[in-house]
Amino acid sequence: MTQKLVIIGAGMASGRVIEHLLDADPGAFDITLFNAEPRGNYNRIMLSPVLSGEKTYEEIVTHSDEWYAERGITCRFGEHVVRVDPEMKVVEGENGHVPYDKLVIATGSAPFIIPVPGHDLPGVISYRDLDDTNAMIDAAASGGKAVVIGGGLLGLEAAAGLKERGMDVTVLHLMGHLMERQLDEAAGYLLRKDLEARGITVKTQASTKAILGEDRAQAVLLESGETLGADLVVMAVGIRPETRLANDAHLDVARGIEVNAQMQTSDPDIYAVGECVEFDGHLFGLVAPLYDQAKVLADSLLDQPNAFAVKELATKLKVTGCDLFSAGDFAEGEGREDIVFRDPSRGIYKRLVIEGDRLVGAVMYGDTADGSWFFGLIKDGTDIEEMRETLIFGPAFQGGASADPLSAVAALPPEAEICGCNGVCKGQITSAIEGGATDLGAIRATTKASASCGTCTGLVEQLLAVTLGDGYAAPQAQPVCGCTHHTHEDVRRLIKAQELKSQAAVWQELGWTTPNGCHVCRPAVNYYLLADWPLEYRDDPQSRFVNERKHANIQKDGTFSVVPRMWGGITTPDELRAIADAADKYAVPTVKVTGGQRIDLLGVRGEDLPAIWGDLNRAGLVSGHAYSKGLRTVKTCVGTDHCRFGTQDSTGLGIKLEKHLWGSWTPHKLKLAVSGCPRNCAEATCKDIGVVCVESGYEIHVGGAAGMEIKGTELLCKVATEDEAIEVISAMTQIYRENARYLDRIYKWLARVGLDWVKAQVVEDAENRKVLAERFQLSQSVYRKDPWAEHAQDSTTRAQYAPLANLTLEAAE
Amino acid sequence: MNWIDIGHIDDIPLHGARVVKTPAGCVALFRTGAAEVFAADDRCPHKGGPLSEGIVHGQSVTCPLHNWVFDLNTGAAQGADEGRIGTYPVRVDGGRLLIDGNAIGKRSAA
Ligand code: SRM
Ligand SMILES: Cc1cc2nc3c(=O)[nH]c(=O)nc-3n(C[C@H](O)[C@H](O)[C@H](O)COP(=O)(O)OP(=O)(O)OC[C@H]3O[C@@H](n4cnc5c(N)ncnc54)[C@H](O)[C@@H]3O)c2cc1C
Ligand code: SF4
Ligand code: FES
Repeated sequence: MTQKLVIIGAGMASGRVIEHLLDADPGAFDITLFNAEPRGNYNRIMLSPVLSGEKTYEEIVTHSDEWYAERGITCRFGEHVVRVDPEMKVVEGENGHVPYDKLVIATGSAPFIIPVPGHDLPGVISYRDLDDTNAMIDAAASGGKAVVIGGGLLGLEAAAGLKERGMDVTVLHLMGHLMERQLDEAAGYLLRKDLEARGITVKTQASTKAILGEDRAQAVLLESGETLGADLVVMAVGIRPETRLANDAHLDVARGIEVNAQMQTSDPDIYAVGECVEFDGHLFGLVAPLYDQAKVLADSLLDQPNAFAVKELATKLKVTGCDLFSAGDFAEGEGREDIVFRDPSRGIYKRLVIEGDRLVGAVMYGDTADGSWFFGLIKDGTDIEEMRETLIFGPAFQGGASADPLSAVAALPPEAEICGCNGVCKGQITSAIEGGATDLGAIRATTKASASCGTCTGLVEQLLAVTLGDGYAAPQAQPVCGCTHHTHEDVRRLIKAQELKSQAAVWQELGWTTPNGCHVCRPAVNYYLLADWPLEYRDDPQSRFVNERKHANIQKDGTFSVVPRMWGGITTPDELRAIADAADKYAVPTVKVTGGQRIDLLGVRGEDLPAIWGDLNRAGLVSGHAYSKGLRTVKTCVGTDHCRFGTQDSTGLGIKLEKHLWGSWTPHKLKLAVSGCPRNCAEATCKDIGVVCVESGYEIHVGGAAGMEIKGTELLCKVATEDEAIEVISAMTQIYRENARYLDRIYKWLARVGLDWVKAQVVEDAENRKVLAERFQLSQSVYRKDPWAEHAQDSTTRAQYAPLANLTLEAAE
Repeated sequence: MNWIDIGHIDDIPLHGARVVKTPAGCVALFRTGAAEVFAADDRCPHKGGPLSEGIVHGQSVTCPLHNWVFDLNTGAAQGADEGRIGTYPVRVDGGRLLIDGNAIGKRSAA
């Protein structure tokens, strides 16, 4: 006997159900199909090509009005179902009731709207159906600015489509990299780069605070305080299963409508399918599993045995030119091994995650041709032991070639600057090589490249190797660490030449062999990035040694020391009292006068750090950076104020210098001293930078040290005024910051580049000195601040110093 | 297994760590990826360094005191150094961090 089947929702899942039912037994059911949208089933996933203009709506319709009519399906399109009555077995539509024998709920999901002020203004659109798509197309017709909130699949497809239609598009994403659920950092970086290349602005870690506007959206306000003009705001932050009808009918609903493996809800005559369901704790957002569900549901309705099971999923992005693929589980779990392949010159990144002898996840960018092969291995749980070594090269490969280590240099455009000192770019060097210069000496003679400070020697050698191939045997230089074949100098030069502004960019473009470096290279790269791009790059505390992350020196027993700054060694009774009070309050075991003219509180518990800093801050004391690769102390003597030999105000100048330089990060520690006369009581001639005052002005000395090696300084220059001294010292600090290897103090770096080169840049070239001093000042606009105050005042940072949880009570039970 | 909720994954910075206090000393939780967390002893077998203060890279951590490197999957020290730290089951569910109370309990008994 024909049964009455009512289906709520004419979407992609129910569409499949109907096809299966009609194929198997066209006479089994008398079907009524409700749809809130005023149309039947179309291929929702192809809305993005409609938005971008690559397809029309007509091309993506899967079931036309005729199709339904020919099959005798009663269509009630444009009509919401408002209620389901499981007792009476009727469905109530806006235009009347329909009784059922069997009911299928296929209501899909609804876009999640973040409830910020202004979210309901006209001009704020979500991205779910044809009407949304048309609204975006209309908005784009008048050009202007679009802000897309959400850097996941939907948001990026919307952004690309709107850009294609001529809008000025910005994507805001809450997390650190795009599509973080499907991609790791490296792939996210490449995706971002491709989107930026097509003119889309991407802002990560951007949290929306409000949408502003009088009677329609005009701007988006971020938590950071930044405002972005917007004629159109697209919210694509996620979806939530549409469960209202099931809730009201008292079916079991968790996050979605709960179904068993036969797609049956808690009421045996009501089934659910698609994005509105929850099965075994899983929700669904891609069509592949929905199609499996549809087959199972059709079988259940026809009393055929079948059971739904959750399978691995693969994701692709439908933005032409952004080739990405991600499948399986590439993040969570224990006992995993990573295989990473990068080809910087072609923008390719592949990462496989292996557990035991199985492939469990894959992320790829740039070349996704082998995606489905890897996906097959994941789904089938194939034993990959035999091919482990060559797996990453895909099914076609059986040889073992590896990425060309020279590709980063090969990929540089001819106008990329190789030698900063002499302004020589790649093209000039390659032409010189082609013109017969086949070794370093000849390149130096013909182009001057690497003839000055020499830090680009590695790059020039690589260019020789790339251009001459086997004809050139490069001398071996020491790479930074096992993660890369590049030297520190190469990394620094390439960060500048390729304008690499994030760690992910460095790992990818320079072909790092590990996912995110190691304890040797990460702090160095973090430093290079912040030194070269003070405004664009944000310091990463997780890439710093504990002392710099916690702004205190770790002791052998895991406690910390606290050293407040005493500017130029000068203090006051009030400061001393505050230090004494803090020592009492936090039961500090040792109070010591350091070799740097200040006081050290040793043995403070990590958890107490923010509190003791807060107390010291209240007395006006700030971090002394006794832990940093940055400015430490400026030691002074008493000078003209008290000393009978003093020639200048050495204490005053020392304080000025310390206030000017404090907070800056440098390749290694930076210590200064100012002595009031050549008797040199402040030991200025064994500091990184030392000033010796004389009757006629100030002698500036550089390159001293008195630690593992004792080095007397060399004279850099002599100046007449304090202002000149400060400018020379700023410029000196900056040129050291921009050029030295991480962990080289000034004297070591000078041994590589020569004092003459530095003199030429800082002393003889007045214009350059000024520019260097300005760049230092720019960087200080970000870094001249007290990290203690920041950490003590910010509740999230402060929390990092405390344990995450305390299980001493629970586990003792 | 006896899963105990100890906090939200975002309480741990990416490539960072936090500790959980237990009767037998601290357990460190290392966040190695957007949704990847490992739990292990916070005490370095070399000279007791607090591993939660180390640099987290790949699925490893480097001890802040003398740079021993530990694989967080197995707990084994890498390279020439010999030693092992205990590792404990931990999982992420809807952003919540769950640690196996039984394994932590056994630790205190040991
Ligand atoms: C606290 C202090 C010793 C003291 O009680 O006086 C000190 C303590 C440490 N010094 Fe120092 N140095 C201290 C003044 C010095 C001085 C004297 C000076 O600055 O006038 C020197 C020689 C001058 C120089 O640097 O050229 C000095 C040369 C070193 C070195 C060798 C540096 C070198 O390039 O040769 C190291 C090791 C390193 O940096 O790699 C070092 C490293 C250390 C560390 C940070 C070791 C470490 O990595 O854990 C010590 C931290 C101890 C702790 O647990 O807190 N310390 N250290 C001094 C702090 C000064 C301050 O107020 O900030
Ligand atoms: C722009 C876009 C791009 C996408 N791209 C991809 C992709 O590349 N790959 C992929 O796998 N997936 C993609 N998806 C997801 C995919 O489209 C969905 O997973 C799929 O459409 C869900 O099918 P469904 O039948 O559960 O729900 P839907 O297709 O949403 O159908 C549900 C229908 O129910 C109707 N309805 C809801 N409540 C009621 C009610 N009370 N009364 C009557 N009718 C109601 C709705 O109007 C809707 O028409 C994309 C989605 C979008 C929006
Ligand atoms: S001299 Fe050695 S022991 Fe003394 S504080 Fe400096 S590093 Fe530590
Ligand atoms: S205590 Fe960890 S390496 Fe020494």
